[in-house]
Amino acid sequence: MSKQYETVIGLEVHVELATKTKIFCGCSTAFGGEPNTHTCPVCTGMPGSLPVLNKQVLEYAVAVGLATNCTITQYCKFDRKNYFYPDNPQNYQISQLYLPICRNGKVEIETDAGKKFVGIHEIHMEEDAGKLIHDEWDDCSLVDYNRSGVPLIEIVSEPDMRSAQEVIAYLEKLRMTIQYLGASDCKLQEGSMRADVNLSIREVGAKEFGTRTEMKNLNSFKAIARAIEGERERQIDLLESGEKVMQETRRWDDNKGESYAMRSKEDAQDYRYFPDPDLVPIVLDDAFLEEIRKKQPEFREEKMRRYKEAFDIPEYDIEIITGSKRMADLFEATVALGGQPKKVSNWLMVETLRLLKENNMDPEDIRFSPENLAKLISLTDTKAINSSVAKEVFEVMFAENVNPEKYVEEKGLKTVNDEGALRKTVEEVIANNPQSVEDYRNGKEKAIGFLVGQTMKAMKGKADPGMVNQLLKELL
Amino acid sequence: MANIISDETIEYVGILAKLELSPEEKEQAKKDMGSMLDYIDKLGELDTEGVEPMSHAFPVKNVFREDVVTNQDMREEILKNAPGEKDGMFVVPRTFE
Repeated sequence: MSKQYETVIGLEVHVELATKTKIFCGCSTAFGGEPNTHTCPVCTGMPGSLPVLNKQVLEYAVAVGLATNCTITQYCKFDRKNYFYPDNPQNYQISQLYLPICRNGKVEIETDAGKKFVGIHEIHMEEDAGKLIHDEWDDCSLVDYNRSGVPLIEIVSEPDMRSAQEVIAYLEKLRMTIQYLGASDCKLQEGSMRADVNLSIREVGAKEFGTRTEMKNLNSFKAIARAIEGERERQIDLLESGEKVMQETRRWDDNKGESYAMRSKEDAQDYRYFPDPDLVPIVLDDAFLEEIRKKQPEFREEKMRRYKEAFDIPEYDIEIITGSKRMADLFEATVALGGQPKKVSNWLMVETLRLLKENNMDPEDIRFSPENLAKLISLTDTKAINSSVAKEVFEVMFAENVNPEKYVEEKGLKTVNDEGALRKTVEEVIANNPQSVEDYRNGKEKAIGFLVGQTMKAMKGKADPGMVNQLLKELL
Repeated sequence: MANIISDETIEYVGILAKLELSPEEKEQAKKDMGSMLDYIDKLGELDTEGVEPMSHAFPVKNVFREDVVTNQDMREEILKNAPGEKDGMFVVPRTFE
């Protein structure tokens, strides 16, 4: 291959907003309901029903727009995007074409190649569609409209990215920003964040863009990276063999590692947009924007900077802890309750991460409270429990958010600080293990480890190992 | 009639509307659409210089609802509108992308 090609990528990212109800009706957005139990005349497109905008959707959309340096459209409207498909009961999707809520933003990303800005063309509000299930037995399709009308924002980037690495950095940036705002949990696997990749290639130095394709069905960062590599290669092969890239929508099959062209929903992508007459214009004054601006949280970069100055914990810990809003909130709240930052960070970095991984959970699923973590740390600080008991208590706390003070009390896990009782046990252990005692006396230092172990066992783990060690040395 | 609808146009509109038209229906639809466009052209004669495009007849703005669940399960009622029902879902002709 003699020619050098540059990959040009723009993304369309759909994010499901964390509202309790749908965008235009009072139906629940909760997951896992029986099919069609979260539906009403509005979200099933019945004639005569009237959609009314959920204010929270607007506030989240504006918050995301402000956080991504967009200009907020202070006179904004909804439009109808017309197409026929059974997952869409109205035969149109309520979306925004002419006056989207946010425009002209940008976010900064960082990769090995350095820092750069990715432009955001626009962000618009729209409704999700229902779910189609194909019934092989009866040769028909079944529709569940529980997702119909769930609020989405679509974030459309400029074609500013040049590599899979930049795409991942951009998505991470969006995810962090939106999670910190509490506007969505942004889980790719579960579909609350979906990315379509628009990709074209051109010879290095060329001014014009090549013909682009749109890739769908990407539900992990790894799949996105593989799809980008695959599509770049496919387009290069086409051009090298004198063929043309067709502008089309393709579906990525991550198992096969290849994509195929989708049949288009219509023979032509002619959506005949027009203003939705059911929904009145949204007029936002400066005071409203200021109110949302005031509610913006401290975002990840600022937080990382502050942690570096305020806490004596490793940079890696800071990166992991601030990588999840839930984790960062938990860390700060526990420290505020008196937990020493280093110790709080250790509990999060070691035991919490281990249990999350073992249980296949995300930091967002953490159930224990900062109060209980602070109590556990205080129990170890005062040597009321030893470290192995603390780990045991932590596991229960992780699973059920138990109050560690009560739990330790109820289960009788407190370290026995009664020297008399401990001395008695140590004496018994010495009496029962003459061989080890002799070994130790003959200079086998290691033999004491066995005796400590036996004592801890006899004490059901409730002794301070340091104290046991000291007593053994004294009595031997 | 000033507006003449071509065969291609009526074909295309038929595809977009997912309508299968017989040759007679196509001829009728061409005539109907032509006269509708003539009527719109008549409106076009009005001088609208400086008039803002309007999408609503009433000067109403900012109608919102709070994010509170108000709808209970009404599946049974909703499914009465379905062309067919199976396992609590709407049955539609097999549709696959």
